Amino acid sequence: MEVSDGNVGATRVLQVRGRLDHSRAKEFEIALAPRLTACTPEGSPLVLDFSGVAYISSVGLRVLLLAARQVKAQNGRIAVAALTPIVTEVFQVSHFNLVLSVYSDVAAAVAGLDE
Amino acid sequence: MKLRCWGTRGSIPVSLTAPDVRAKIVRALQGAAGVDLRQPAAIESYVDGLGFDVAGTFGGHSSCVQIETGGKEHVILDLGTGVRPLGQYLLAQQGAGVPQTYHVFLSHLHWDHIMGLPFFTPVYIPGNRIVIHSCHPHAEFALRRQQAEPSFPVRFDYFSADISFDTVTPGQAIEVDGTRVIAHAQRHAGGSYGWRFERGGKSIVYSTDSEHRLEDEQERLGFIEFFDRADVVVFDAMYSLADAISVKADWGHSSNIVGVELCQAAKVKRLVMFHHEPVYSDTQIADILDQTRRFEEITRDGHALDVLSAWDGLELSL
Repeated sequence: MEVSDGNVGATRVLQVRGRLDHSRAKEFEIALAPRLTACTPEGSPLVLDFSGVAYISSVGLRVLLLAARQVKAQNGRIAVAALTPIVTEVFQVSHFNLVLSVYSDVAAAVAGLDE
Repeated sequence: MKLRCWGTRGSIPVSLTAPDVRAKIVRALQGAAGVDLRQPAAIESYVDGLGFDVAGTFGGHSSCVQIETGGKEHVILDLGTGVRPLGQYLLAQQGAGVPQTYHVFLSHLHWDHIMGLPFFTPVYIPGNRIVIHSCHPHAEFALRRQQAEPSFPVRFDYFSADISFDTVTPGQAIEVDGTRVIAHAQRHAGGSYGWRFERGGKSIVYSTDSEHRLEDEQERLGFIEFFDRADVVVFDAMYSLADAISVKADWGHSSNIVGVELCQAAKVKRLVMFHHEPVYSDTQIADILDQTRRFEEITRDGHALDVLSAWDGLELSL
C-alpha cells in the first residue's frame, strides 16, 4: 500500500495504490490520519484517488468510514474518486456508495467538493 | 448430517401481505406473455423457471433450525416461531405415542429466539424429554417468565414433558448423542453464543445474532478458528456492511460482506445467510443474495464458497 500527495487547485489529492485488505488497512489508517487533520473549512478539501486501489476489504472500508466521520465532525469535505471496477462493486454490495461521496474521477470530485 | 431451516427471519416474525402476493402474481403473469400455458405440465415448467422471490418466499418465522445428526435424538437450534411447524413435522414423522428426546441449543434469550416454545407441541406430551442447552445461566428464568401472567395463559409448569437445563461453558466441547458440540461467545446485547456441531467428519456452525468488530483482530481470528473448514456456516447477515458499522453499530448483527470474508478465511464450504432484516421483501433478499455471490466471486482466492440465503423450508444434506 502506498500513498502520495498532490494538489488540484486548493484541493489536496491523495493517490492511494495497492490492496486495502486486512493486512494493510492499519497502514492506510496511519497514513491517512495526518491528512485528515488538515481537512477543515480553513484547510483543504481532500480527495482520495482510488484509481490505483485493486481491492478493499471490510476493514479498509471501515477506515474510510472513520475518515468521513472525522472530517464531517471538523466541518471539512472529503470524497473518494476513480474507483476501479472491482472496488466499485465492493462499494455497491457493502452500500458504501450510499454513505460516502463517490465520484467517477478526480476532476469530478474536486468540482463536487468545490460546490 | 442434514440441516433444515424452519425460521430464518430476524428480530420479529413477518408474513406476506395481500399486496405482496398480488405483486408476485402480476410479475409471474407479465413473464407469461406469449408462453403457451394450456397444458398443466407447461404451467409447472413455467413456474419452476420463475425466480424464487416470485414463485416462492424466504418466509417469516423467527429463528429455528433443525439438525438431523444421524443419532436417535433431535437437535433444535433456537426456539423462534419456526419451532411451531417443526413440532408439527416431528409429530407427523414419529407419532405422539413414542417418547422422544429433543436437545435445544439457544443462541441467547432474546424474545425472537424463545417465543415459539409454548407452541412446540412435544412439550405437552408426557414421556418426552427436552434438554435445553445454553451458555446463559438464566435460560430457565427467561423461558418461565415469558409464560408467566399476564404475558401468556399457559404457564411453563403446565408442560408435561421432562424439561431440564444444561448450562454450557463456551469453548468446552460437550458430547450430545454422539455429536461433538462446542459454543463460542459472540458480541450481542446480553451476550449470545454460536454453536458448532461435528459428527462423522462433517460440521455445521450456527452463528446468529453476532456483531463483528472489524478492528478486533483477535475476535476475527477466533471466529476463523470456530468456523474452520465447516461444511455449513449459518451466519447473521442482517444488515449491509455500511449499516452494520455506522447507523446500526452496537445493534448486535453482522453483514453479508463479513460473512463471506470470514468463511473465505476459514475455508468454509457453504455460507447460509440468516436472520433476514424483517423489512426486506423477497426481492430485496434475492438481490442481496445475487450481490453476495458476485462479491464472493470477485474476492475468491482459490477457495470457492457456496453462498445461499436461508429460507423457511431450506434443507441441506451434508
